[in-house]
Amino acid sequence: MDREIANPDVAVELKGLTKAYGSHLAVNRLDLAIRRGEVFGLLGPNGAGKTTTILMMLGLTEPSGGTVRVFGLDPARNALEIKRRIGYMPDDLGFYEDRTALDNLVYTARLNGFSEQEAISNAADLLERVGLAASGRKKVGTFSRGMRQRLGLADVLIKRPEMIILDEPTLGIDPKGVTELLELITALSKEEGLTVLLSSHHLQQVQQICDRVGLFVGGRLVACGGLEQLSRSLEEEDAIVVELEVADWSDRLRQSLLNVEGVTAIREAEGGPNGLAAATAVEVVCEADVTGLIARVAAAESILVSIRKRTYSLDDVYRRFFEGGEASGA
Amino acid sequence: MERSWVWSRLPRLSISRSPASEKPAASSAFWVMVRKEVGDHVRSWRFAILMGIILLACIGSVYSAVTALRGGSGDEQGAAFLQMFTLSDGTLPNFIAFVSFLGPLMGIALGFDAVNTERSKGTLSRLISQPIYRDDFLKAKFVSTLLVITAAIFSLGFLVMGLGLIVIGYPPTSEEFLRVLLFLLTAVVYIGFWLNLSILFSVRFRQATTSALAGLAVWIFFSVFYGMILNLIAKGTAPSAESGASDVMGYQKLMLALNRLSPSELFNEANTTLLMPSVRSLGPLTMEQVVGALPSPLPLGQSLLLVWPQLTGMLSATMICFGLSYLLFMRQEIRSRS
Repeated sequence: MDREIANPDVAVELKGLTKAYGSHLAVNRLDLAIRRGEVFGLLGPNGAGKTTTILMMLGLTEPSGGTVRVFGLDPARNALEIKRRIGYMPDDLGFYEDRTALDNLVYTARLNGFSEQEAISNAADLLERVGLAASGRKKVGTFSRGMRQRLGLADVLIKRPEMIILDEPTLGIDPKGVTELLELITALSKEEGLTVLLSSHHLQQVQQICDRVGLFVGGRLVACGGLEQLSRSLEEEDAIVVELEVADWSDRLRQSLLNVEGVTAIREAEGGPNGLAAATAVEVVCEADVTGLIARVAAAESILVSIRKRTYSLDDVYRRFFEGGEASGA
Repeated sequence: MERSWVWSRLPRLSISRSPASEKPAASSAFWVMVRKEVGDHVRSWRFAILMGIILLACIGSVYSAVTALRGGSGDEQGAAFLQMFTLSDGTLPNFIAFVSFLGPLMGIALGFDAVNTERSKGTLSRLISQPIYRDDFLKAKFVSTLLVITAAIFSLGFLVMGLGLIVIGYPPTSEEFLRVLLFLLTAVVYIGFWLNLSILFSVRFRQATTSALAGLAVWIFFSVFYGMILNLIAKGTAPSAESGASDVMGYQKLMLALNRLSPSELFNEANTTLLMPSVRSLGPLTMEQVVGALPSPLPLGQSLLLVWPQLTGMLSATMICFGLSYLLFMRQEIRSRS
C-alpha cells in the first residue's frame, strides 16, 4: 500500500488537495511538489489556507479530498513516521512557561525517543547554536518573543528531522530579530541539508531565503516557482512596457514612436514625471523589446530625460496575484 | 493505528537512517509524558493547597473520632480501628464524609485545565506534532493525575491509621487493614470519576474557567440539589399509609434507584459497607428476611460482594466520561491557540 518514496527527490507531493470547512473551501484542489533539500516559501495573506495545508501534510487534520504524500508516505496512515521525520513549528508556538528552556527541549527530545543523556547534550548543543546558551537555565516565561522563536527553532531541530516546516516564523519579531532568525534558518538548513518549508505573508523575508515560492490565495496556489520564473509568467501575460520621460512632448514624437515596429500603444504614465516638472512621462506598450529603438527615436526628436523597461519585482508579482485572487474569490 | 505503525517501520529497516528514528518512541513517549505531568502536579501550588486542605480535614476528623471513642460511644463489636474512619463526636464530620466531600474537589481541581490550558498556551499543537499518539496524550493526563491522587489518598489513609495506632493502642486485624485498603481504593476510583469528568470538560470547553465552573456545577448539583430534588419526588410519590407492602417496597426501590444515580451516593454506600462490617444490606429488608439472622459482622468477602455493583457503577461512569473525552479529542482539529 505504501509506495515508500515514489520519487526520492520529492519531499512533499500534494495532488488535488482540498479541505472544506462546511461550505468554505480553505484549500482548493492544490497541486504542489517540494523537492528535497530546497527552501520553499509558502506566500500568502492571512487565511489563505497555508496553515491548513501544513496541518494536512502532518496528518493533524484530514483532507476532504485529494492526496498527500510526504516522503512517499500517507499522513493518514503513517502520521507517526512522518512526525518523526518532520519538525513543525506552529505559528504561535507555546512552551511550558514555568520550565526552563533546557527542560522544554529535553522533553521534546525524550518524546522523540532519545535517552535522557542524549537529550540533555543535544539540547545544550542546540541552545548554543541558536544563541540561547546563556539563557538555557532560565524559565521560558521570562523569554522575549525573539528568544522564543529561536527556542522554537531549536525545538524543531532537536528531533534531527529531514525536513522542517516553519509556520510564520518571523511573526511579531523586530526587523533585526527577523534578519538574525532568517540567517539562522538558512545556515542551519545548509549545514544539515534540510528541506525547509516556510510560510509567511512577508514578501521580503521569503524573497531573502527561499529557492522557490508558492503564492497562495483563497486556498489556491496561483503561482509557483523561482523568482525569475514568476516574473516571467507575469511579463508574458502583459506586453512589455517602457517608461519614458522627455522634456518636450509633441504629437510628432508620438507619431514617430507609434511608427516604430512593435509599439502598440502609448499612454500617459499614472504617476507623472519623476524629475523635471516640465517633463512628460508616458508609457509605451510594445509587443517586443524595442527599448533601444524607442530611446533613439526619443533622443532624436526631443530631449530624453529617462527611459526604463519596466521589470517586475516579487512585490509586483505578489500584489498582482493577490488582487487577481481576491477578485476571483469574491 | 498500531498495525500501520509497525508496517511503516518495516521497509525502513533496509534503508539506514539517522539514529534518532531507530527507537520505538511511541510506548516510551507515553511514560515520558506521565513523568512530566506528575512532576508538574507535584510542583504546583494548586496541589500543595489541596493537600493542605485535605490534611487539615483529616487531622480534624481523626481528632473528632478519637474524642468520640474516648467518650465510649463506639464500643460495639470491637471494630474500634475502623471507627477511626467512621465515628464522629458531632463537632466535625468523620473521615468518610470529608473524603466524599473534598474528593470531587480534588479531582476537579487537578483535571479541569488538563487539555484546554495546553491548547491556549500553544503547547498542544507543538506536542501533537511530535511522534506520539493523540490518545496517549489524553491517557497520560489521566494516568499521571490518578497516580498523584492515589499517592495522596493512600498516604493520608496510612497517616490516619498510624495516628489511630498511637491513640487507640492496639493494631488492626489483617481483615480490618484490608478493609481500609479497599476503602482507600474506592476513594481513588471515586475521585478518578470526578477527574475524568473534569478532563472531559477540559476537552469540551476552550476556557479553563468554563470547564472548572462546569465541573463545580455538577459537583454542587449532586452534593446539594440532587438530594432536594429527590425529596420533592419522594413527597410526591409516597404511597399512602394504608397501601400494601409491595407498594411500599416498590416505592423504596424506586427512590433507592434514583438515589444511586448520584456517584456520591454510590461512594457512600460502598464506604459504609466496607468500613462497617455490621452493615448487612443496602436496600430495604422485609421482616422475614431478617428473621433468624444473627447480628454479627459480615466477613470481608460478603461485604465486598455487597458493594460490587456500586464499584462497577463508579468504574463505568468513569469509563463513560473517558470514552466521551476520547471521542471529542480525537475528532478535534488542533491549531495553535484556537
